[in-house]
Amino acid sequence: MTRRTRRKLTNGVFLALSLIATMMGLACLAAILWTLVSNGISGMSWHLFTQMTPPPGGQGGLLNALYGSAVMTLLGILIGSPIGVLAGTYLAEYGRNSRLSMAIRFINDVLLSAPSIIIGLFIYEIVVVRMGHFSAIAGAFALAVLAIPVTLRTTEDMLNLVPLGMKDSSAALGAYPWRTTLSVLYPAARSGIVTGLLLAVARISGETAPLLFTALNNQFWSTDLNAPMANLPVVIFQFALSPYKDWQELAWAGALIITVTILVLSISARVLLALLQAERGSGR
Amino acid sequence: MAIIDPGHAAKQLIYERVFRSATLAAAILVLLILGGVFVSLLRGAWPAVTHFGFSFVTREIWNPVTDEYGALAPIYGTVVTSVIAMLIAVPAGFGIALFLTELCPPLLKRPIGVAVELLAAVPSIIFGIWGLFVLAPVLQRHVQPWLIEHIGHLPVVGPLFKGPPFGIGILTAGVVLAIMVLPFIAATMRDVFDTVPPMLKESGYGLGATTWEVMWNVVVPHSRVGIVGGIMLGLGRALGETMAVTFVIGNAHRISSSILAPGTTISSSIANEFTEAVGDLYTSSLIALGLLLFLITFTVIAAAQAMLRRLERRGFAVA
Repeated sequence: MTRRTRRKLTNGVFLALSLIATMMGLACLAAILWTLVSNGISGMSWHLFTQMTPPPGGQGGLLNALYGSAVMTLLGILIGSPIGVLAGTYLAEYGRNSRLSMAIRFINDVLLSAPSIIIGLFIYEIVVVRMGHFSAIAGAFALAVLAIPVTLRTTEDMLNLVPLGMKDSSAALGAYPWRTTLSVLYPAARSGIVTGLLLAVARISGETAPLLFTALNNQFWSTDLNAPMANLPVVIFQFALSPYKDWQELAWAGALIITVTILVLSISARVLLALLQAERGSGR
Repeated sequence: MAIIDPGHAAKQLIYERVFRSATLAAAILVLLILGGVFVSLLRGAWPAVTHFGFSFVTREIWNPVTDEYGALAPIYGTVVTSVIAMLIAVPAGFGIALFLTELCPPLLKRPIGVAVELLAAVPSIIFGIWGLFVLAPVLQRHVQPWLIEHIGHLPVVGPLFKGPPFGIGILTAGVVLAIMVLPFIAATMRDVFDTVPPMLKESGYGLGATTWEVMWNVVVPHSRVGIVGGIMLGLGRALGETMAVTFVIGNAHRISSSILAPGTTISSSIANEFTEAVGDLYTSSLIALGLLLFLITFTVIAAAQAMLRRLERRGFAVA
């Protein structure tokens, strides 16, 4: 074999391997989605949205879990995102290159990939232990802590994308930075910030580990924020690992609902971002 | 007619101070959260730390009846599952990044990139339920018997593949983790490869190098720091991943020589046992496990961020 053919062969082998790796990655996504659809679709019915989680062997749905997930995710975003947006504003507008900002940026990136179960333990220690019992509000706090890094990161990035000229014009009119931020920068970066919020919702709505020992779970309908509350991920966890066929079926249906919701959220966030970039590219 | 109203200016100044303080407070809260995590975990773990001392991390025993706890089995499980995940995900992620930057037709580049990112958005509990009901039976029926038959009797590596094919266990957890961290590694590597100046690559091609030679001799050396950073970021995820592992690890507090056997990890021990733990020492030992996990993942992620930042400072944007 000549040197030339050997080099060509090596090249061919590695490029083929890279193609195979890509195919396998896509196959995994397809396999997961297919499993969810084929197992979950049979459980899809109105019962899911009108009835409570049943005892083993009983008829039922996921209404309390869906409600609980919606409430805690919403509360998590309501608590977490203002903090994330304000902190992102500080980094983009006031702090910039100060040592404090560098540290915060670094810590935020660490929090972004920190294991969510650790956040669960943290909230358990500072909220559940203090209150003496599990509660929906503790679950919402845990989700809020997870939402902060996502919104902070996107807010800072999006504010940095706003053309400097707009900021300067506002300052030239005599506006103070707070006025510029509220009346010029936030409106200009609005869709970017909304993207961050969507990503944060997508991130926290599927989280299970931080809810296990904060919100716990609840077999029944409950709107009391001060008491344990049912939520979809923990119900899926509990039902999927149970030996009961009808519980497992509900788990699959729940898994399908949660995944479709999150994928739709992620895709809309991406579309919004693409639109934003297209707009930036053509205008100005 | 520009008349400056002194009252107006004073009010503006107050608003400015309030707004600035609010943003600063929010920013400092981020620091406080990380500090708070460490302090509260340390406080929760303190009874176990003082009771067991250093032997906590060197003993395998985990017995709620006699109230004796050691973290060796969960640490072992965490490390081994993550190593398996990295052995699979790093070459595969590299392959995907190579495909996306060098081979992919421009028309497909975006859809495939988005598909890979969507894999990252799938919640971990979904990977768990899929791993338990789909992947584990496949591994049990088709892959593990083959491993036992063909590799099980070899010297050195043989003992790793002995015993019955359980389906669930360390190996299965490692495979599920590999699929979970694959998109993170692939996306980071792709972004890093994209920062290599085209001039360098073209010089390689100009000398008659093949695509693979340009990749291996030009792109990889140039983006070494970023590649390692991406791998460590994936490792940080794998070490702390909870739900997916909890489904397929088998939750057995022992160290087996075989990777086909059930085991446990730090995070899955906490997820499985925390709400059922009775007694202060039991709860405290589980929080001590959490503290260990926090310290390990913090170190890995911080190192990864530091490396990616070094790249950023060279003038490249890395997602």
